[in-house]
Amino acid sequence: MLIHTTFLVLDGAVLIEKLILIVLVITGSLVVAMYSTYAERKVAAFMQDRIGPDRAGPFGILQPLADGVKLFFKEEIVPTFSSKFLFILGPCLAMLTAMMVGAVIPWGDTIHVFGRNVSLQIADINIGILYIFGVVSLGVYGIMIGGWASNNKFSLLGAMRAASQIISYELAMGISIIALLMFTGTLSLNEMVNQQKDHWWNIFRQPLGFLIFLVCAFAETNRTPFDLPEAENELIGGYHSEYSSMKLGFYLFSEYINMFLSSAVMVTLFFGGYDIPFVNDAHLGQSIGVNWLALIEGAVLFAKICCFIFLFMWVRWTVPRFRYDQLMNLGWKVLLPLSLLNMLVTGALILLKQNHWHF
Amino acid sequence: MEITKIIFWFLTALALVAAIGVISSKNPIYSVLWLIVVFFAISGHYVLMNAQFLAIVNIIVYAGAIMVLFLFVVMLMNLNADAEPIKNVYMKMAGVISGLTLMIVFVAALSASEQHSTIIRPGTSVGLIENLGRALFNKYVVPFEISSVLFLSAMVGAVVIGKKDPIKRINE
Repeated sequence: MLIHTTFLVLDGAVLIEKLILIVLVITGSLVVAMYSTYAERKVAAFMQDRIGPDRAGPFGILQPLADGVKLFFKEEIVPTFSSKFLFILGPCLAMLTAMMVGAVIPWGDTIHVFGRNVSLQIADINIGILYIFGVVSLGVYGIMIGGWASNNKFSLLGAMRAASQIISYELAMGISIIALLMFTGTLSLNEMVNQQKDHWWNIFRQPLGFLIFLVCAFAETNRTPFDLPEAENELIGGYHSEYSSMKLGFYLFSEYINMFLSSAVMVTLFFGGYDIPFVNDAHLGQSIGVNWLALIEGAVLFAKICCFIFLFMWVRWTVPRFRYDQLMNLGWKVLLPLSLLNMLVTGALILLKQNHWHF
Repeated sequence: MEITKIIFWFLTALALVAAIGVISSKNPIYSVLWLIVVFFAISGHYVLMNAQFLAIVNIIVYAGAIMVLFLFVVMLMNLNADAEPIKNVYMKMAGVISGLTLMIVFVAALSASEQHSTIIRPGTSVGLIENLGRALFNKYVVPFEISSVLFLSAMVGAVVIGKKDPIKRINE
C-alpha cells in the first residue's frame, strides 16, 4: 500500500490569506459581471443611438441591483417531467465552472503586509494553462445538463449545439496555446507574466495565435456571433428556455463571468498580464514601494480587461450570428489548420534560433 | 490524521461510491455523471502523488472531452427505463460470469504482488510536466511516436467511416 507522507504542509496564516484572496476574487468577479450587464446595455444603447437604462439611480447605475431583485422575486417554475436534481444542478455547475478560472490568474505582484509577502494569485500551480483549459472544457456540463433536464426539445437542441461548438473550438484553442508555450517554455501563468515584463508582450510574437485564441474565446463563452445555443429566433431561449427566476439569472450571469475571466486570461497570456506598459515595474516598485506598485498593477490589469470586455460587447452589437454550418466550417476548416500552421512555424523558428539561424 | 491522509481516504471513498453509482443507476445519464465524479476522484489521487500533469490531462481528456461525447450520445438516444429492451437470461448469466472472472484475475494479481511501502517524499517531482516530457521524448520516444501514428490512423479511419457516400448522394 502506498503511504503518503505529508507534503501538503498547510500553514494557518497561508490558509487565512488564501481564503481572503478567494473571497475577494469571487466577489470581484461577481461585481464585474453585475456591472457588465449594465455596461452591455449602455454599449448597446450607444451603438443603436439610444439612451439605455437611466431610471434606477444616477445614470441608471443601480440597474443591475434592480435586475437582481427582480430575478430573485420572480416565480420559480420547475417543469413537471424534468429531473429536479439535474435541473437545479445545471445552473450551479455553470456558475461553479465559470468561477474556477479565477484561481490561477495572477492579479498583481506580491504585496507586503503584516511582515509577510503575499502573492496576489490564489494558486501558482505549474500547470496553470492546462488548468484553465480543463475548466473551460468542463464549462459545457452546466449547459448540457440544464438543457437535458428541462425536458424540452428546444432546450436539448441548444445543449447539443453548445456541446458540439465547445468541443470543436477547444481543439483550435488548445493548439494555439501549444504554440504559445513552445517559446515561453512554461505553463505557469505567473512565470509568463514575469517573462513579458522585461521582453515584448506575447501578442507581438504570436499575433496569429492570439487571433485564433480570441475567436475561440468568443465561441467558448457563447457570445455573438457564436451564440447559437441560445439563438432565440430558432430555439426560443435555447438551453435556458425552461428556466425562470434566479436560475435563469445564474445562466446569464455565468456568461458574464466567463467573459470577464476569459478577458483576464487573454490579457495574462498575450498582453503582459498586470505589467504596466512603457514602465519598468521593478524600478517603479523601488521608488514607491511594493504595495502601491501592486495596486497600480491591479488597476492596469483591470483596465486591460475592461478593454477586452468592451471588445466582446462591441462585437455582439455589430456582427450578426453565424449559421450553424458556417460555425462548424470556421472551426474545423479554418481555425484548426491555421493553428496547426502557426504551431509548425513557431516550432521551425525556435529550432532555427537554437541553430543560430543556420539551416 | 494528517491532512494528506484525510484527503486520500475521502477521495478513495468518493471514487468507490461514485463507481457503485455508475453501475447501480437506472438512468444512463446519471451513470455518465457518476463516471465523471470517478474521474475527478482519480485526478485528485494523481494530485496527491504530485503528478499534476497526469491529473489535469485526465480531466481534460476524460471528463472534458470523452464524457461530454458520452453524455451527448446518451441524451440524443433518450434512453430510459421504459424503453429498455428486456435482456436475454443467457446474456445476463454471461455478464455475471465474465465479471466474476475479471474479479478473480484482479484478486489473484493483487494477492500475488509484494507489499511495497513506497514512500513518496515531499520534494518528488517525477510527475511534473518537465520531467515527464524529458522521459517521453528521450527514453520512450519510439513507443510515443508509434502510439501517435496509431492515433492518427484511428482519426483517419473515423473520418472515412463518418464521410457520406458520394455516389449515394447523387442518386438521391
